[in-house]
Amino acid sequence: MNAQFWLIQIFNGISYGALLFLVGSGLSLIFGVMRIVNLSHGSYFLLGAYVALSVIWTTGSWLLAIPVAGLAVALVGLVMERVFLRPLGFDPLRQVLLTVGFAFLFQQASLDIWGGNNMEIEAPAALSHSIVVGGLYLPLFRVFMIAMALVIGIATWLAMEKTRMGAAVRATVDDAQMARGVGIDTNRISMFIFALGAFLAALGGVIGGTFLGVYPGLDFEMLPFAFAVVIIGGMGSLGGAAIGAMLVGLADNFGKALFPELAYFTLYAPMVLILAVKPTGLFGRE
Amino acid sequence: MSERIKILTVAIVLLALASIVPHTTSFVVLLATRALVFAILAMSVDLLLGFTGLASMGQAAYFGIGAYLAAILATKYHFGLGWDFWLVVLLGLLLGAATAAFFGLFAVRATGVYFLMITLALGQCVWGLAYRWNSLTGGDNGINVTVRPNFGLDLTNERTFFFLVLGFFVVTLASLYVLVRSPFGRSLEGIRERELRMSILGYNTWLHKYIAFIVAGAVGGLSGVLWAHTNGLVTPDTVVLTTSVDSLLMVVLGGAGTLVGGAIGSAIVFGLREYLSTLVPWWQYVLGAVYVLTILYLPMGLMGLPARLRQWRAGRSKSEDGQTLAPVQS
Repeated sequence: MNAQFWLIQIFNGISYGALLFLVGSGLSLIFGVMRIVNLSHGSYFLLGAYVALSVIWTTGSWLLAIPVAGLAVALVGLVMERVFLRPLGFDPLRQVLLTVGFAFLFQQASLDIWGGNNMEIEAPAALSHSIVVGGLYLPLFRVFMIAMALVIGIATWLAMEKTRMGAAVRATVDDAQMARGVGIDTNRISMFIFALGAFLAALGGVIGGTFLGVYPGLDFEMLPFAFAVVIIGGMGSLGGAAIGAMLVGLADNFGKALFPELAYFTLYAPMVLILAVKPTGLFGRE
Repeated sequence: MSERIKILTVAIVLLALASIVPHTTSFVVLLATRALVFAILAMSVDLLLGFTGLASMGQAAYFGIGAYLAAILATKYHFGLGWDFWLVVLLGLLLGAATAAFFGLFAVRATGVYFLMITLALGQCVWGLAYRWNSLTGGDNGINVTVRPNFGLDLTNERTFFFLVLGFFVVTLASLYVLVRSPFGRSLEGIRERELRMSILGYNTWLHKYIAFIVAGAVGGLSGVLWAHTNGLVTPDTVVLTTSVDSLLMVVLGGAGTLVGGAIGSAIVFGLREYLSTLVPWWQYVLGAVYVLTILYLPMGLMGLPARLRQWRAGRSKSEDGQTLAPVQS
């Protein structure tokens, strides 16, 4: 195992972490603002990938698929929050079960619409070759994944830190009751955040679908990863989600490379420890 | 309904089940056997959810541990295929309990959503081992358990096996019933309602929850051992997150805090999944819709339906008086 091995593994881990950031950051925001454990989040990811497939089949444009899938799934999330989740009030168990019920409904719907076969999303030709940096062959698509996560992450961070809306969101994360007290419409914030979370997951779905392929069951495969990101990073914290995603991406890659038999164990065991010691995650707010 | 009538009803239903099912097709017998195994798992979830107020998202871990234990012993060591089957059952209970005793050290401190998350993570740890530890678990392909135990009773006979599982179900139900009716069970319900008050009254609430967690793990391990022989194939799918979620949904569907509610939920889920799926391709819509509707409109599950109806009728005849005259509590 020379330096090249380590560099490649680090690069792979970070690029996978970039994908996880897109899925996990949305889940983290939803949890932070609404305390909803959203088990349909994996479904948003898969739905995003499937919608992207449809867009590509009809228009042939991969780039167009990204916003269309994002917005379509954001709409799904919006309706789910407004119509079904909000009337439930705050009851974690019922919220969880409701979102699972929806995950099953989405599963069946996508099976009906897109069939049960494994499918591939072709990456645009410009992104499907490799570049050579210092003797390392780096697939351009992985570089693109990192860039995309950086752009989205910085944009979301700016929106959260520099805008009035973002300030209202942060206030709601810290103390929803107090936020309502000073006149912030937390209902609207919840709706907005849920839609944003679904949008980010779908975005991850388009990119992840291109990277991993699209197949039934991908939804519940991604879900625990997204939870690992959220828990390790801290719920409701964007920066935490970024660091959590990098850690999970690296742990997953090195786990698979170094201890193949314990690969997922090395990922979830730290998650248990962090939850036991600091339930709000490494960077979560108390 | 008084407690005695309830017990009588359950006994009659079980007797009816025991007398009708064996005369049906072997498909139905297998279906009923599977549903009963999951009913045992669901009871372990109910002990935590319905009686202690802890929503576990990782109960499949103990189920999987029991299943892999039985499968590995049977295929690698030819152990547990004769009289020693009962030893494997005992080992399944013990290993489930031991795992829960270890996991509980991390999980039981947590409350609410955090308990949910930490049990999810613990379940994923076990899943990760099952999925990747090829040399022990066979990885993604899992383990084929081709022969069933035979100790005078030939369990390869589907009907004999059904009776065995039914027997395990009855014994588990009775034991857990005694447990939740005992002072210990009452204090669990106290913790569910208001943990702070219980600890002020001097109860060691952590220890109570920890013991409930261990008992649930043992019952989960037992159901897993039975599953290995029911299904004949143990794969990482046995331990996957959706199995945990399924068992939780069964309990909520039937009615939490009733023990038998989980069995009703399990029967419905298996009925829809394995019977309806042979009839129509869109069965999963029905399953999803049943979940969503139950959660929206029947928070107490199907077992809560009679109470809900009574409440509704009483509400129509007596207006709001009942509400204001209710004893003032806390």
